[in-house]
Amino acid sequence: MPKREDLKHVMVIGSGPIVIGQACEFDYSGTQACQVLRAEGIRVSLVNSNPATIMTDPEFADATYVEPITPEFVELVIAKERPDAILPTLGGQTALNTAIALHESGVLDKYGVELIGANVDAIRKGEDRQLFKDIVALAGGETPRSRVCHSMEEVRATVAEIGLPVVIRPSFTMGGLGSGMAHTSDDLEQIAGAGLAASPVHEVLIEESVLGWKEYELELMRDKHDNVVVVCSIENVDPMGVHTGDSVTVAPAMTLTDREYQKLRDLGIAVLREVGVDTGGCNIQFAINPDDGRMIVIEMNPRVSRSSALASKATGFPIAKIAAKLAIGYTLDEIPNDITLKTPAAFEPALDYVVVKIPRFAFEKFPGADKELTTTMKSVGEAMSLGRNFAEALNKAMRSMETKAAGFWTAPTFTSVDEALEALKVPHDGRLYTVEAALRLGATVEQVHAASGRIDPWFLDEIQALVDLRAEILAAPFLDEELLRRAKRSGLSDRQLAVLRPELAGEDGVRSLRHRLGVRPVYKTVDTCAAEFQANTPYHYSSYDEETEVVPSDRPKVIILGSGPNRIGQGIEFDYSCVHAVQALRGVDFETVMVNCNPETVSTDYDTADRLYFEPLTFEDVLEVFHAEDSSGKAAGGPGVIGVIVQLGGQTPLGLANRLKAAGIPIVGTTPESIDLAEDRGLFGALLAENGLRSPDHGTATSFSEAKAIADTIGYPVLVRPSYVLGGRGMEIVYDEPTLKGYIERATEISPDHPVLVDRFLDDAVEIDVDALCDATGEVYLGGVMEHIEEAGIHSGDSACSLPPITLAASHIAEVRRYTEALARGIGVRGLMNVQYALKDETLYVLEANPRASRTVPFVSKATAVPLAKAAARIMLGATIADLRAEGMLLPEGDGGTVPANAPIAIKEAVLPFKRFRTLAGQNVDSLLSPEMKSTGEVMGIDAGFGQAFAKSQAAAYGSLPTGGKVFVSVANRDKRSMIFPVKRLADLGFTIVTTTGTGEVLRRYGIDCEIVPKHYEKPGERNAVELILAGEISLIINTPQGSGASARLDGYEIRSAAVTADVPSITTVPGAAAAVMGIEALRAGDMSVRPLQELHKLLRGSE
Amino acid sequence: MSKAILVLEDGRTFHGFSYGAVGETFGEAVFTTGMTGYQEVLTDPSFHRQVVVQTAPQIGNTGVNDEDDESDRIWVSGYVVRDPARRPSNWRSTGDLGDRLKAEGVVGISGVDTRALTRHLRERGAMRVGISSVDLDVRALQQRVLAQPQMLGADLSAQVTTPERYTVQAEGEHRYTVAALDLGIKRNVSRRLAGRGVTTHVFPASSSIEDLLAVGPDAVFFSPGPGDPATADGPVALAREVMRRRVPLFGICFGSQILGRALGFGTYKLGYGHRGINQPVLDRTTGKVEVTSHNHGFAVDAPVGERIDTEFGGVEVSHVCLNDNVVEGLRGLEVPAFTVQYHPEAAAGPHDADYLFDRFVELVEKKG
Repeated sequence: MPKREDLKHVMVIGSGPIVIGQACEFDYSGTQACQVLRAEGIRVSLVNSNPATIMTDPEFADATYVEPITPEFVELVIAKERPDAILPTLGGQTALNTAIALHESGVLDKYGVELIGANVDAIRKGEDRQLFKDIVALAGGETPRSRVCHSMEEVRATVAEIGLPVVIRPSFTMGGLGSGMAHTSDDLEQIAGAGLAASPVHEVLIEESVLGWKEYELELMRDKHDNVVVVCSIENVDPMGVHTGDSVTVAPAMTLTDREYQKLRDLGIAVLREVGVDTGGCNIQFAINPDDGRMIVIEMNPRVSRSSALASKATGFPIAKIAAKLAIGYTLDEIPNDITLKTPAAFEPALDYVVVKIPRFAFEKFPGADKELTTTMKSVGEAMSLGRNFAEALNKAMRSMETKAAGFWTAPTFTSVDEALEALKVPHDGRLYTVEAALRLGATVEQVHAASGRIDPWFLDEIQALVDLRAEILAAPFLDEELLRRAKRSGLSDRQLAVLRPELAGEDGVRSLRHRLGVRPVYKTVDTCAAEFQANTPYHYSSYDEETEVVPSDRPKVIILGSGPNRIGQGIEFDYSCVHAVQALRGVDFETVMVNCNPETVSTDYDTADRLYFEPLTFEDVLEVFHAEDSSGKAAGGPGVIGVIVQLGGQTPLGLANRLKAAGIPIVGTTPESIDLAEDRGLFGALLAENGLRSPDHGTATSFSEAKAIADTIGYPVLVRPSYVLGGRGMEIVYDEPTLKGYIERATEISPDHPVLVDRFLDDAVEIDVDALCDATGEVYLGGVMEHIEEAGIHSGDSACSLPPITLAASHIAEVRRYTEALARGIGVRGLMNVQYALKDETLYVLEANPRASRTVPFVSKATAVPLAKAAARIMLGATIADLRAEGMLLPEGDGGTVPANAPIAIKEAVLPFKRFRTLAGQNVDSLLSPEMKSTGEVMGIDAGFGQAFAKSQAAAYGSLPTGGKVFVSVANRDKRSMIFPVKRLADLGFTIVTTTGTGEVLRRYGIDCEIVPKHYEKPGERNAVELILAGEISLIINTPQGSGASARLDGYEIRSAAVTADVPSITTVPGAAAAVMGIEALRAGDMSVRPLQELHKLLRGSE
Repeated sequence: MSKAILVLEDGRTFHGFSYGAVGETFGEAVFTTGMTGYQEVLTDPSFHRQVVVQTAPQIGNTGVNDEDDESDRIWVSGYVVRDPARRPSNWRSTGDLGDRLKAEGVVGISGVDTRALTRHLRERGAMRVGISSVDLDVRALQQRVLAQPQMLGADLSAQVTTPERYTVQAEGEHRYTVAALDLGIKRNVSRRLAGRGVTTHVFPASSSIEDLLAVGPDAVFFSPGPGDPATADGPVALAREVMRRRVPLFGICFGSQILGRALGFGTYKLGYGHRGINQPVLDRTTGKVEVTSHNHGFAVDAPVGERIDTEFGGVEVSHVCLNDNVVEGLRGLEVPAFTVQYHPEAAAGPHDADYLFDRFVELVEKKG
């Protein structure tokens, strides 16, 4: 039965900003859905507030609304678009919750919109804990003994029955937010209390602990004829107790017999049917008691999930694509398998390789955060690897993490077996390093099994095998071909071998030996069927096996290096640019070759580039891909690889540029030398001087005394940071000498090669961000000029900004253009460059210039209707800006610096993950912004006026700004004067003002009526600021930190922490407060409207 | 680790290490794509005289146990894996797979590029193969491979069948009696029947219609098994006798090919066969797709989608494989007989087709 003919127009809801637990996997799934629906001739309207997504590129939908994913705004879109149906299962929990809210409020009925791909009943059954327990019982399965509780009294009574430890799971939250394991009654009070608060329905499940059990997941799909297939089984190396998103996971399951696996499958299917997921994908998690095989169903997600993206990449079975087809009426047997083309999608993929996924954490960004891994997800990204055995996949995944440690033996670890065993007791990031250390130091597999909370002995023995192999490599008189090949088959990198065999003089020595002995990887294909049928999709991974499957091609090839696992500072924005490069070049007779290891991304969809290599982004792995493509291309009579693009994937590929070039690989675009020039203080300073460009006074220090001397000369405050960083790692504003001393002492890796940069910090300056293109003729095209809403000193990735720059004068823009042109030409940029400026007292200062794609490229592209990354890719391959203007990719005249007067205002706002992290004492980590980037994602609000656009950006990032209620105001002395006007305006709008004593006194003098409450430490336990916030009485907080330096960070911490806990919008800067007031005015005026990007872009490009 | 070689009849050679018993072995090289169930595969009599290549790379992870054997011995003539587990881990495990292979004298090879080998077999078809861990001379081994008999034309039932009749009692209340002709039966077939109140008498392959009828069966079952169905004239004649008497008949795999021949269809050898537990089969009577366990190198040649008149009345193809439209099931429209080419008893594999045992019992009910 083919697709439904009654569906002419489907609305897709995306997942909004990247947050922990909901990352770019939903861009991957949503993009697939949009493509499928349009290919079927269905009109697609899309809502997603995240500009860094591929799905919000205007060509992926008929009407793209970059609007907040809240019921209010989505209703506006529905009213305007009048779709036949909504597909809400591909946008994570955000889309599903929004769709349910629209259903419950009657909006869907009102507009006659059908939910497809899910029914409300099934969603409830899957997500409501008690209903789900009943369902599992009906399906013949077991769940842990448990009870749903709505109050602390119920929680305590339940625990009295089932005993500690217990697991606490709040209902209707994503990524396990608010859940945890309580070992003591103190834990219980704290976690269950927070869980009740986190649950939108004030409900938690208290359940029997299955800590230490084996954990599995199944990815299933069902069509309307009740055909069900299991796409993939996943086994967690970390046993129950660690969130699956934070666990090292393996596909397929490694330690189940067929009987046990089929039991899992039978139960999964029975639950799926009982829940009644009509069509589409779902994910079910199981726990198995390692002692007797008792199986328990943990939970299910009745939608495409993070694991679905992983399963799709792990198997080659595109779950989101198929789910979209099933939603519009197809059945599994009617859909061809993408990869074989000849067989149907109604089958279960067979893998002839092993897949390992490792989560990437960012605890270094949140000092004080508790690093124990629990049932609340804390990782910010992940890398996946494929190998022909577990060890190979594991080692490849470990070196894909983009951390200091690049696999076993490449970083210091425990030296005492007792310490290692002790450390294993608490699940932590990099636990497998600890496992290896314990085994190497003499612990037995049994001891490690017990200490680690029962990691399966099979996995432990695989690591033991590596320890044994290490001993062999150390003991061998020399590294012969047989041993080297065995090492490579176990996935060891040249770098790891170099550590073991110092006489080979490092990684390069190992590589030349390896090449001399002819030990090189081959490339196998992910084909869904273990080679049973021919694959037509070149989706490759490396392995040290016999036969390679790279098909020779004589087309000129371009390799695009991706950005690896998402982390704070390097996320989806860079993948966006890489995907755009592929799109731009695929169209102009190049064969595009993508290399990346992040399973969440669009770039690792096998449909994106002509060829996909799912490989770690290390020098060794990239070099081998290059060799495979280049040599097979030349053998076919073609030119081979004519260029490698390193400029678009962020710091990861950029960090490889020099070595790749030295190895003779053609890097296209800005040369590695030019990249170095921009990073080299001396050369860059000379360039600035030559062109009469100013920058803050600065110096470079490799010791405290040097740093002190610089600071004394240029004056405090100073901005200190290590060289060569992205995302402001380790960047701080230092107001005094003791703090400077402390900083230098903590900067352990300081050395002549890695000095600390000390800059004069420009207080209260306006920060400006520019993305620009430059071609080989030296023509410069300003992509966009963004003005930060917060003043300089907050990392650009964390601050809101507006495009066009709302307060800059034409003379400022002219100055920005002069600076940018001089920089781009001086550096020798071929492609994209990002410059950050500070404007203080009518003087423009260069803060930094980065000759690469920046985080803001997608935002700028959407706000200006010009695809900057595509243009950059073309320029790298030889096009000029004039060419691109002529063909219409760039504006025929003018650029992003000459925005028409009627252009809409676009606001970018950052989304911060503070809610995820707690200190050991159970407090929230500080939410104060600083030069160190902490945000995980961003949203865009776009509208005709600043107020509306800002209100949208806030609604999209945090939920709406309040339009009434109580505002709590407590500001630093220096801010009191500038805060009077915005606060007065709020009072005039009818807000009640609550303040602390100091602020209140000033406000009263200006005739602003306010209630004064004590600070929490002044009157603990009484009606103080923190209590009011926690009690939910406050609807907006304006709190700027008092003092300077370290004390500024401490002031107001409890207030900000309470704001995070109670989910109250909290503003920490004066300009932020002013913007919020304008947003609130816009909301109160009630004139919010929505417009598709296509319409806005027409307006922007209308002058052509 | 001592070295071993694998040589195909066309000369393609793979080098690896000895796994299981040291020695030399020959057979037909076939690959199976199941990611679980190696113990069931090894002990499935249908793999008699075949050298099985596991496409799943990590084998032996769960060791071996006393419960999952599908017969009382390992039947494969050789075993090809990429990465055997050093240490099994599973709560039911009673031993190591390598040790068991050794104990039963099964010669295997590990460390082979099993994907390359599989692709070769896919492109060139199943063919004869030799594995040796005692003589690493490739040319010599190839000569010995070429001297081996082909699978086409092989009559293997006598080698795998039970020497004596035995009985598997019904679980719970006895409802029906089935006479099963053992052409290489798997334990789970009788288990699935027993679970439905069926007592199964398992007969040697050479049994006559009189032997079968002597137990007063409500139905007759033709089991799976190895070899070329074109040689199974005895069982084919027996099936005709069963149908002539209108005794309900059910068959699986080889048993399906027997029914096909008894109805007058031909059989043919597939290029490289269906072996795995992920094969989509369409039940043409319901339009539903089931994911099924397959292990067949031969198939019935019958037209799909029409009523076919035979001397036993109308017959139709009830099931087809969606990957390649191969006939996967036959159903008598007048005569009470149906068979499937795949394995509803699973073991290893999904249980989607378990309903076929219910259909069988219903057929018997209706008849009674």
